[in-house]
Amino acid sequence: MSATPGATPAPTIVLVGHGMVGQRFLEALAERGLTATHRVVVLCEEPRPAYDRVQLTSYFSGRTPEDLSMTDMEFIKDHGIELHLGDPAETIDREARKVTARSGLVVDYDVLVLATGSYPFVPPVPNKDATGCFVYRTIEDLLAIEEYARTRATTGAVVGGGLLGLEAAGALKGLGLDAHIVEFAPRLMPVQVDEGGGAALLRTIREMGLTVHTGVGTQEIVTDSEGAVTGMKLSDGSELATDMVVFSAGVRPRDQLARAAGLTVGERGGIAVDEQCRTVSDPHVFAIGECALAADGRVYGLVAPGYEQAETAAATIAADEASFTGADLSTKLKLLGVDVASFGDAHGTTENCLDVVYSDSRAGLYKKLVIGADGTLLGGILVGDAEAYGTLRALTGSVPPVSPESLVLPAGAGSGAQLGPAALPDDAIICSCHNVSKGTIRGAVTEHRCTTVPEVKKCTKAGTGCGSCVKVLGQLVTAELEASGVEVDKGLCGCFGQTREELYEIVRALRITSYQELLDRYGREGARGGDGCEVCKPTVGSIIASLAPSIGASGYVLDGEQAALQDTNDHFLANLQKNGSYSVVPRIPGGEIAPEKLIVIGEIARDFGLYTKITGGQRIDMFGARVEQLPLIWARLVDAGFESGHAYGKALRTVKSCVGSTWCRYGVQDSVRMAIDLELRYRGLRSPHKLKSAVSGCQRECAEAQSKDFGVIATANGWNLYVGGNGGATPRHADLLAQDLSDAELVRLIDRFLMFYIRTADRLERTSTWLERIPGGLEHVRDVVVHDSLGICDELERLMREHVAHYRDEWAETVNDPEKLARFVSFVNAPDTPDPVVSFVPERDQIKPDLPLLNIGLRPADDVLEGSAQR
Amino acid sequence: MTLAVETTDLKVQLQLADGWFTVCDLSVLVPGRGVAALLPDGRQVAVFRDRADRLYAIDNRDPFTGAAVLSRGLTGTHRGRPFVASPLLKQRFDLASGQCLDDESVRVTAYDVRTT
Repeated sequence: MSATPGATPAPTIVLVGHGMVGQRFLEALAERGLTATHRVVVLCEEPRPAYDRVQLTSYFSGRTPEDLSMTDMEFIKDHGIELHLGDPAETIDREARKVTARSGLVVDYDVLVLATGSYPFVPPVPNKDATGCFVYRTIEDLLAIEEYARTRATTGAVVGGGLLGLEAAGALKGLGLDAHIVEFAPRLMPVQVDEGGGAALLRTIREMGLTVHTGVGTQEIVTDSEGAVTGMKLSDGSELATDMVVFSAGVRPRDQLARAAGLTVGERGGIAVDEQCRTVSDPHVFAIGECALAADGRVYGLVAPGYEQAETAAATIAADEASFTGADLSTKLKLLGVDVASFGDAHGTTENCLDVVYSDSRAGLYKKLVIGADGTLLGGILVGDAEAYGTLRALTGSVPPVSPESLVLPAGAGSGAQLGPAALPDDAIICSCHNVSKGTIRGAVTEHRCTTVPEVKKCTKAGTGCGSCVKVLGQLVTAELEASGVEVDKGLCGCFGQTREELYEIVRALRITSYQELLDRYGREGARGGDGCEVCKPTVGSIIASLAPSIGASGYVLDGEQAALQDTNDHFLANLQKNGSYSVVPRIPGGEIAPEKLIVIGEIARDFGLYTKITGGQRIDMFGARVEQLPLIWARLVDAGFESGHAYGKALRTVKSCVGSTWCRYGVQDSVRMAIDLELRYRGLRSPHKLKSAVSGCQRECAEAQSKDFGVIATANGWNLYVGGNGGATPRHADLLAQDLSDAELVRLIDRFLMFYIRTADRLERTSTWLERIPGGLEHVRDVVVHDSLGICDELERLMREHVAHYRDEWAETVNDPEKLARFVSFVNAPDTPDPVVSFVPERDQIKPDLPLLNIGLRPADDVLEGSAQR
Repeated sequence: MTLAVETTDLKVQLQLADGWFTVCDLSVLVPGRGVAALLPDGRQVAVFRDRADRLYAIDNRDPFTGAAVLSRGLTGTHRGRPFVASPLLKQRFDLASGQCLDDESVRVTAYDVRTT
């Protein structure tokens, strides 16, 4: 909060660095009310506020920098925090208690908190700064690596076989590079795992197609005459040809700013602090996170201890008692799909401790527990299967209730025990990032009435750090809900206790073609015989429409009882806009349109006075039609060879395309033809939500296929199929389902995919959320639609064939049927009178709705509203 | 204003201040859907028929947006009460009383309906 003029200025806390720990510190300040009593200024070097560095690599699997953000700008604003991005602190004057930032900004402080993090260690080898050399630390680093890998490299080498090194190598491989890992130690992840674990990891990593060189150091980076990387010389005398090098050989505390200010730093770096995280040199200065040398003489490179330090510093500033004396270094990671976990005394350094080891090289499994002389579990290492991590880590420090052997044996082998989280004591720590115990999580369910994992996360913060405990969290929440007798209602709505998927199966198996029959036979007791609701009516309408040919229902969505089920958009085959007028979108398959047809659209829009706009799906939307104009507009469109574009339906919208190999000098396949084929095949297909698609003619991806429900990208050998992409409010990059498909293979796979989605998705669930929700995710979908693991592919294909065979244009059907045309009037008792509320005013040479006219009805004085507040 | 010719069947009528006003033939109403009618004073009414052939009429103007669209919403039953959900922002209105089910401070006019 800034000082009120005339009053004593509020004391100022300056935070240098806005990473994960810095953000946690700000939250801790806010929780303790310090943001209300202090001015808080943050100087941040990076151009963006705090983001999830632990999950950095997930950028390459489609998470955007925005997804990774950990900073709620509302939080910053609400607490009056002054956040300066891209403006790092450059000097500290401890005498005057002033910090100067790069921009020249000078801030006086009462308390200074350094959270400057660490920097990647780059070994001092010749040419380490050559073009093509990178580090792996920030989003900007990743963007640079991606750009270089895509444009200039076919081979990449990572220096360092630790956690980040393996992630970096996986990322390079994912970018299509031939990836190498060079590790100086004799095994991968030397800090976390022992020799046995390293060997299990090595085999699995090699099987993935990465080349691993252990026990060798980097001596020199080799460059060409322009100074770009061409290879590296290794300590065993060999040379490795590579186009780029990523250094990931550990990090060092960023303590230069502190050094320059005369603060004491450790021999091997790190700003020396006491147990309150206050620097030993200056009571006004604190240091937290990876830049701090803690009171126990260690620099902690994990986020959980950093969070604890942030809490400690905030508590100390608030004059509360807190201390940080050291932390558990347990970690659980999923590296390139391999689980790796280590916890407690993983390397067995305690006196007289013993090992229990289970190792299965064939399955890439390695599990070791370290047991004390009295039977206490001291620590362990898990490679290949870290399922038991949450339970084992929580049991560390106690004598487990079952024998240690049974904890590492796989299920089904001998007397392997499945010790679930239920066996844990209430004080067992489930989330070590936020120090949340099992008791707290149970309390969130029993006392705070949380019923889902997201609610429990929000309530307790558990699972919001590294995320490794989310699985145990889910089990605990389910167990607690069951214990308290809460039955989780997964029903579609107040009328049906079934999910959409279950209703689909009922309709399909029993060939039910009537909504009323379904409601009266399968609805909830109180809903039978009633009129349903606005949720289940369109959902059931959509299911019946999807299955129409095979259950013997009419495919026309406005026939008989079906008419009463449709949302207004489906009912009028157009899109309702804010003033009660409609917009009309004719299908333009693949975005390809001949000049004659363009002219027709222009003439129709001109003659009916419609507003026209190009849509994001490569078509043309005409706005401002009154209901009685719709049939007249369609009649002219149908005459000119257009048909409905289903912009109003939960159905296939468009298949976008780039011009492809026909015109583009880079194109490798005819993307326009494929887009047209796909759009005509799936047009009119009713689905749980809208479906969007695109086809790109080469890897440059100009059609943005990876943001679509199903996207196709041409390769030299055929087509790659991506599924589950999304734009909009929750963007998601699509996942690759299959590669190098022929035309026929592609169409067959899309047939199966779409029908499987329609069968199993929830109401209004896009393919992106569906893929994330269904058990097994993408792998399961691939098993079903590629490998036919459920034996249903024949049926899925048959359903699609029937859809294609029975497709009819809904507009043409309507304009040719006088009975259906009857509903297209504004007033049943005055069919020739237009709705006076639908009125327009000019704007930029076109029309727009007359909004003041709409507002007339919104005044509370109007007799339409009784006792209503202003809205 | 041109009024449609009404010849056959039962007529749907609304009660206005000055008596019963004929809107349309009953056969025009599809169970579960509404129609809009224009009143002599220029106001608009949304008329509905449920699956048990009960009739309802409320003001057609959606008070949340100002558009005359309530007749185009989906109908249903909520705790035994008939309702229509606005097709624009989905607020629900009790068809018998005009009361908004999602905002107790909002109510639209409801009309008595009969067939003759």
